[in-house]
Amino acid sequence: MAENGALLRVENLVKSFDGLRAVNNCTLEVRKGCLTGLIGPNGAGKTTLFNLITGFLKPTSGRIHFNGERIDGLPPHLTFRKGIVRTFQVPRELKSMTVLENLMLVPSDQAGERIWNPWLFGFRVSRQERQIYDKALQILEFVDLQHLRDEYASSLSSGQKKLLELARTLMCDPQLILLDEPGAGVNPALMKRLVERLELLCHELGITFFVIEHDMDLITRLCNPVIVMSNGEVIAEGSPEEIKGDERVLEAYLGGQYLAGT
Amino acid sequence: MRLERWITPAAFAAVTLAVIIMPAERSGWAFRDSVIPFLASFATTVAIFAVISLGLNVQWGYTGVFNFGIAAFFMVGAYTAAIFTKPPPAQPEFVSYVGGFGDKLDFLPFLSSDQWLPFLIGTAAAAVMCGVLAFLLSIPTLRLREDYLAIVTIGIAELLRNVSIEERGLVNSARGLTGIPRPFHDFFDPGDYRFVYFGIALGVLALVYLAVERGIRSPWGRVLRALREDELTTAASGKNVFAFKTQGFVFGAMIMGIGGSVFAYERGSVSPDTFTHFFATFIFWAMLIMGGSGNNKGAVLGAYIVWGLWIISLQLLGYDLPQFLRSRIFFIRDFILGALIIAVLLLRPQGLLPEERRVSIWLERQLKRRRRLWPWPRRREPTEAAPVD
Ligand SMILES: Nc1ncnc2c1ncn2[C@@H]1O[C@H](COP(=O)(O)OP(=O)(O)OP(=O)(O)O)[C@@H](O)[C@H]1O
Ligand SMILES: [Mg+2]
Repeated sequence: MAENGALLRVENLVKSFDGLRAVNNCTLEVRKGCLTGLIGPNGAGKTTLFNLITGFLKPTSGRIHFNGERIDGLPPHLTFRKGIVRTFQVPRELKSMTVLENLMLVPSDQAGERIWNPWLFGFRVSRQERQIYDKALQILEFVDLQHLRDEYASSLSSGQKKLLELARTLMCDPQLILLDEPGAGVNPALMKRLVERLELLCHELGITFFVIEHDMDLITRLCNPVIVMSNGEVIAEGSPEEIKGDERVLEAYLGGQYLAGT
Repeated sequence: MRLERWITPAAFAAVTLAVIIMPAERSGWAFRDSVIPFLASFATTVAIFAVISLGLNVQWGYTGVFNFGIAAFFMVGAYTAAIFTKPPPAQPEFVSYVGGFGDKLDFLPFLSSDQWLPFLIGTAAAAVMCGVLAFLLSIPTLRLREDYLAIVTIGIAELLRNVSIEERGLVNSARGLTGIPRPFHDFFDPGDYRFVYFGIALGVLALVYLAVERGIRSPWGRVLRALREDELTTAASGKNVFAFKTQGFVFGAMIMGIGGSVFAYERGSVSPDTFTHFFATFIFWAMLIMGGSGNNKGAVLGAYIVWGLWIISLQLLGYDLPQFLRSRIFFIRDFILGALIIAVLLLRPQGLLPEERRVSIWLERQLKRRRRLWPWPRRREPTEAAPVD
C-alpha cells in the first residue's frame, strides 16, 4: 500500500499440486514504480506464483493484496481489471487472428463488445476502433513488429511471438506488468532496446514490473531489487550485487556441488 | 495452385446445373409448370437451412463451442412456433397439445394482423425458447472442457425428441402437430403461395444474415474468435470467458430457433421423426464444414450445395436405375455425403469460402483507408487470406 510503497503483497502463499508444494509459504512485496526481478532454478515455482497472482490458479492458502485489496481467488479477467497483466512463458498467441487483432482485442470496455452496439451505434464502434487501431500500431512499432501487423499471428517466429506477448500487456493501461521470461529467444540487440524502453515506461508512467528471467545480465541491467525463489520458497531478496554474493542463492542454483567444491 | 481458385465457382455451377436440368429433363422441359415451382421449394428450404447453418457458424465457426445437438434447437424452434400460431386443440381427446395461442395473438384486426402478427410472435417465442434452453445448458457445461458440451447436446436432443413422443399432452406425441397456419396465406392463390413463401424465407435469411454479419464482424466477434483460438489468452486479455462463451452459444441457438420457426410455417406440420440426429444435426454440420466454417457467406453457400446434393440424389430415383442401386439410394446418399465431408476436411479444411482474415469490419475499413492515404513503410505486402499456393 501507499504507506510502505508496496503495490503487491503476497503473504504466506501456498499452492500444492497433489502433495507437491509448488509454492510454499511465499511472502514477498513488489514496490510501486520498481522493476522487481524474480529468479530461481527451473521448477522453483515462479510461473506458478504468477498464475496465482493473476488468478489463473487458486491458492491453497495465503493472501495476495494489490493496492491494499485482497485479490486472491479472483478470476483472471477481474485481476486484469484491477490493473495486473501478465505474459505467458510459452507464448499463447491467437493463431488465426492477425497480429493487429491480437492486440486490438485487449482494451477493456469496448463499445463494440456488446452485441447491440454494432447493430445500433456503428459510429461509436467505428470511432473507438480507430483509436484502438492507432494505439495498436504504436505498440507494434514499439516492439518492432509493425511490418507484420496484418499477418496471422501463427506465422510469427517464436521470438516475435514473445514480443507479441509483451505488446499485449502494453495495450491496456496496467499498474503492474508480470513478464514471464520476456528475453527468452529474443534477439539481444532488440532486447537491449526493449529494456531501455521498459525502463522508460517504468520511470515515466510509473508502471511497476515484476519480471521472471534466467538471463543474469538482463536481470542485473534491468531489475532492482531481485527476489530469489527455490523449491517454492523465497530464499533471498536484494540488489543484484547482493544476490550474486549470497551463499544460499549459489547453493540453490548449484546444489551440493557448490558446498562440496569449497 | 490455379485449380483451387475454381473449386468454389465450379461446385456452385455444378449443383445449380444439376438442380435445374434434372427436374427439367424428367418433366419433359416443362419449366412453367414443374421446374419453376420445384426450384422455388428447393430455394425455400435452402434459405431456411442456411439460417440454421448461420446459427451454427456463430457457435462453432466463431465461438468454438461444439454443439452436436442442433436437432434440439431446430425442434424447439419449430414446435414453439407451431404452438404459438395454432389455435387450441379442437378435439382434445384425439389431438392434444399445450398452448395453442394463435387465435389470441391477433391484436390489430384492422391491419389484417392475423396474417402476420402471430407468426412474428411465434418466431420471437421460438428464438427466446431456444435462447433459454441454450442458457440453461451453458451453466453446467461451458465452464468445462469443450467435449462435455458436445456430449450434453447430443443427449439433450435425443431427450427432447423422446419427451415429445412419449409425453402425450405436450405436443401430440409421435403424430406431431399438423395444420400450422401460414403467413399471408389467405391473400394468395394456393398455387402461387410457394413463391410468396420463398420471398418470406429469403427475407428472413437476409435479415438474419445481416444481423449475424454485423454482430460478428465487430469487437464482439473478435472476442468470440479469440475464445475459439485460446481461452487462456482471452482471459489474460481481460475478457470474461464464460460470459462471452454463453453469449455466443445463446445467440447461435436463437438463430437456430428462428430457422426452426420458419421451417414449421413452411411445412405446415412438424413431427418428431424430422428431428433425428442424422437429419437435423449432421446435415447442418455438413453444410458449415463444406461452405467454410467461420464465414457467413460460406454457411449460406454450404446450405445450398449440401441441400442441392441431397435433392439431386432424390431426383435420381426418377430415372431407370438398376434395382440394386434403386433400393439402396438412401444409404448411398448418406455415404456420399459422409465421404464428401471427409474429403473437404482432408483436402480443403477451410471449406469452399475460407474465413475472413480480419474479424472487425471497421478494422478492415481502416486498413483500406490508411493504405490509400499513407503508404506505410512495409517490407511485405499483407497477403490475402487465400490459401498458400
Ligand atoms: N498444473 C500443474 N500441475 C501439477 N504440477 C505443476 C503444475 N504447474 C506446475 N507444477 C509443478 O510445480 C513446480 C513449479 O513449476 P513452475 O512452472 O512454477 O516453475 P518455474 O519456476 O516457472 O520453472 P521454469 O524456470 O522452468 O519456468 C514444478 O515442479 C512443476 O512440475
Ligand atoms: Mg516458468
